[in-house]
Amino acid sequence: MAGQLEGKVAFITGAARGQGRSHALRLAQEGADIIAIDIAAQIDSVTYPMATPEDLDETVRQVEALDRRIVATQADVRDRDALQAAFDRGFAELGRVDIVLANAGIAPLTMEPTYQEWTDVVATNLTGVYHTVEVARKALIDGGRGGAIVLTSSTAGLNGIGGDTPGGLGYTAAKHGVVGLMRSYANVLAQHSIRVNTVHPTGVNTPMVVNDQMQQFLEADPQMGNAMANALPVPMIEAIDISNAILFLVSDAGRYVTGVTLPVDAGFTNKK
Amino acid sequence: MTGKLEGKVAFITGAARGQGRSHAVRLAEEGADIIAVDVLEQIVDTPYPPATEEDLAETARQVEALDRRIVTAKADVRDLASLTSAVDDGVAQLGRLDIIAANAGVLTGMTPTSSMDDDLWDDMVDINLSGVWRSVKAAVPHIRAGGRGGAIVFTSSIFGLRGTGSSGHYVAAKHGIVGLMRSLAIELGPEMIRVNTIHPTQVDTDMIQNDRMYRAFSPEKDAPTREDFAPKSQAMHLLPVPWVEPRDISNALLFLVSDDARYITGVSLPVDLGMLAK
Repeated sequence: MAGQLEGKVAFITGAARGQGRSHALRLAQEGADIIAIDIAAQIDSVTYPMATPEDLDETVRQVEALDRRIVATQADVRDRDALQAAFDRGFAELGRVDIVLANAGIAPLTMEPTYQEWTDVVATNLTGVYHTVEVARKALIDGGRGGAIVLTSSTAGLNGIGGDTPGGLGYTAAKHGVVGLMRSYANVLAQHSIRVNTVHPTGVNTPMVVNDQMQQFLEADPQMGNAMANALPVPMIEAIDISNAILFLVSDAGRYVTGVTLPVDAGFTNKK
Repeated sequence: MTGKLEGKVAFITGAARGQGRSHAVRLAEEGADIIAVDVLEQIVDTPYPPATEEDLAETARQVEALDRRIVTAKADVRDLASLTSAVDDGVAQLGRLDIIAANAGVLTGMTPTSSMDDDLWDDMVDINLSGVWRSVKAAVPHIRAGGRGGAIVFTSSIFGLRGTGSSGHYVAAKHGIVGLMRSLAIELGPEMIRVNTIHPTQVDTDMIQNDRMYRAFSPEKDAPTREDFAPKSQAMHLLPVPWVEPRDISNALLFLVSDDARYITGVSLPVDLGMLAK
């Protein structure tokens, strides 16, 4: 049976591990080739270990094991020129682009907060999303076949959670900002039949959430613990659950869905 | 390849034609057996004819052509006993219940809300709001009895999330089921029963493709047609498309009731060509 994305190409940021890798694999299973980028390096204000070049290599290996093509490049979404070069390289090799997943993000939630956290999280989680769409925008439009963009926001993009630190406030502000960006892009790109939506995960079982620093941060603030309490009896969800929601949004099953905020949050937002 | 709903049973209201039939067929394609009900008579003054017994029989024929089982019944969402009897009988024959698609609804006269006839208001609320609650009341006990969780989807509307003039009864009822969904999502979450709403824009069915709708959108014309309606309907949307197909709503329903959305609950999902974002 032919996949739902046969012949298509998806550009994915933050693809070295976690949700980004899961998205690359899920879309590749449905026939898509992948342009993958990741910073694959540490940002100083982030205290949990970020992805490595080896992680990005592993994503390449797993996509190729599905008999799909992938062009992976180390690039920082904060650096628009580097991101453009990485996208252009993948586009040149794979010949088209249909799907953009702005997934790269950081959560600098620490016990000894610094102002730099704010700067880095807004630059990565908001400005980086803007850069991601902008570097692919011309190729997407010029393709003339429409397209689908999904921006990864958060339950913190719909609710005032995230805590009272520069990193937590910045995270919540950036994830809300992504919604405004999505709504504007949905309006301006619809004439090209390019759809734009956001997904809003609750806590996902990935290295960004499951690490000692995050556990300490959550335990130190009871409100933050509540911020992770879901309506369904599950403490966390898996990366594949976000990938499945994204697949719905970017496939023909979601061909008339645009401008939508889709929570994948085990009922958190409705219950809170 | 096995379907996404292999071995499951879905209860669908308003299943004789339009979106309801499309839902029955789409879920059956993925392996579900179907309990299908429809009122099959003119219960209020709608600008389109009621579904018929032949329509419901055609839904059954299409589901059976997919090698799935279907139990059909004439039932009225205004009458809890008729729903309970239909669901009980369907579960007795098909063995279980996993999914509810509360799809039955009507679109009646567009008149100023503050001076609307009492009957117009009461009937709308009775069918499009209370009818959804009765569908839940009749069917949820069977899902809970299974102890395997489940998924419930209400068909609301773009007018379940925004207002419009001269249809306050419809807008209120469609907003009302969002409140019902949000409450049930909390109430049933501990049992892994998920509850969500879908919010379609214009869907290409008899409910919108009729003379009264054409006249409402093109009052300047003597005998407006589908062709006159299309550009006016399209102008409501971001995407350059006049209306969606029943299949598009069915695909959203399938996503929400399948394991692909196993952790999605309490959510309003527009399938609206960008109307709400415009």
